[in-house]
Amino acid sequence: MGLLTNLKDSISKVTDRLFADSEPKRIGIYGPPNAGKTTLANRIAIDWAGDTVGPESHIPHETRRARRKENVTIERNSQTVTIDVVDTPGVTTKVDYKEFLDHDMDKEDAVRRSREATEGVAEAMHWLREDVDGVIYVLDATQDPFTQVNTMLIGIIESRDLPVLIFANKTDLEDANIQQVANAFPQHETVPLSALEGNNMDEVYDKIAEYFG
Amino acid sequence: MPEAKPTNNDGAPGDEGVQIDLISGARMDGLASMEKIRLILDSVRDGKIVILEDGLSPEEESRLIEVTMSEINPDGFTGLEIETYPSTKPATTSLLDRIMGRESTKKLTVIGPANQIETLHKDETLISALVSRK
Ligand SMILES: Nc1nc2c(ncn2[C@@H]2O[C@H](COP(=O)(O)OP(=O)(O)OP(=O)(O)O)[C@@H](O)[C@H]2O)c(=O)[nH]1
Ligand SMILES: [Mg+2]
Repeated sequence: MGLLTNLKDSISKVTDRLFADSEPKRIGIYGPPNAGKTTLANRIAIDWAGDTVGPESHIPHETRRARRKENVTIERNSQTVTIDVVDTPGVTTKVDYKEFLDHDMDKEDAVRRSREATEGVAEAMHWLREDVDGVIYVLDATQDPFTQVNTMLIGIIESRDLPVLIFANKTDLEDANIQQVANAFPQHETVPLSALEGNNMDEVYDKIAEYFG
Repeated sequence: MPEAKPTNNDGAPGDEGVQIDLISGARMDGLASMEKIRLILDSVRDGKIVILEDGLSPEEESRLIEVTMSEINPDGFTGLEIETYPSTKPATTSLLDRIMGRESTKKLTVIGPANQIETLHKDETLISALVSRK
């Protein structure tokens, strides 16, 4: 009995360690459309894995499939963390193909884009319930953070007890209001950055190592 | 002599207005999560505005978004507009409470068709929305 328990213990310790080594944490990059999620995911991937994740665009719903960059190892002074970065489609409660017609798209392309977008958002919600171990929530700091989608998503993330960091992106723009983002979610840590310009990335990586290591 | 107004007997909102359903917490309590989502989506797709006394749990909100996305189609349903007051005391319920379903989700929630409802103003204490006919 005692021997068996000991054996079980040591086996589970070994598997724990194997598990910890072979299964990096999956960090989902979430947020509303156009916040800069893919720009951030690409910057992380270029900085630490020499590669990109997917295309960026000023047209909303550019990302319509969750995309994963595996085994991204981030080294900070004191620690090394290995994560899988999951870039997700921007979440919304509505999609109207007519809005894409303004972006020089014909009806067929717009309808296709909207159908892919709805599938992508559904998939992103599914990932959030089943497949991520931590969340980076990206907001465009020039926009009002006080939206229903943001409130609902942060509520869903909290209800799953996932570690979460709020990124106030696009600080290079004059209208960026970091304080407004911080005030909207006072229960979480807000990190300002410009994913496009690469501003404040040291703090970004420090926080990722601290929260998801 | 004034003409008689056409009446609408099938329960669907007619041309003359927008139907608003206020659903009590007691009524929602008796439903499974998917039944709640079905009830909301069927109403909203019919052009109704639904007001929930107690709102949905985060899990249910997540499924509501997912099912909504699967039902959006061109020239038909474009999705929904949803508004609640921001929760004033986030993350105060313990994990045990949540597992036991004791999480407090009581928050007035307004849901309507995205192409008919527009939020004009929202803060901690007031939601102001403009509802239009189809
Ligand atoms: N000025 C500025 N623009 C940015 C920044 N980050 C992203 N952008 C721009 O914002 C637009 C959207 O960026 P994406 O990375 O595609 O945004 P996304 O969140 O992935 O969008 P979806 O995939 O559609 O949900 C692009 O035109 C980017 O160049 C930033 O830090 N500063
Ligand atoms: Mg993207």
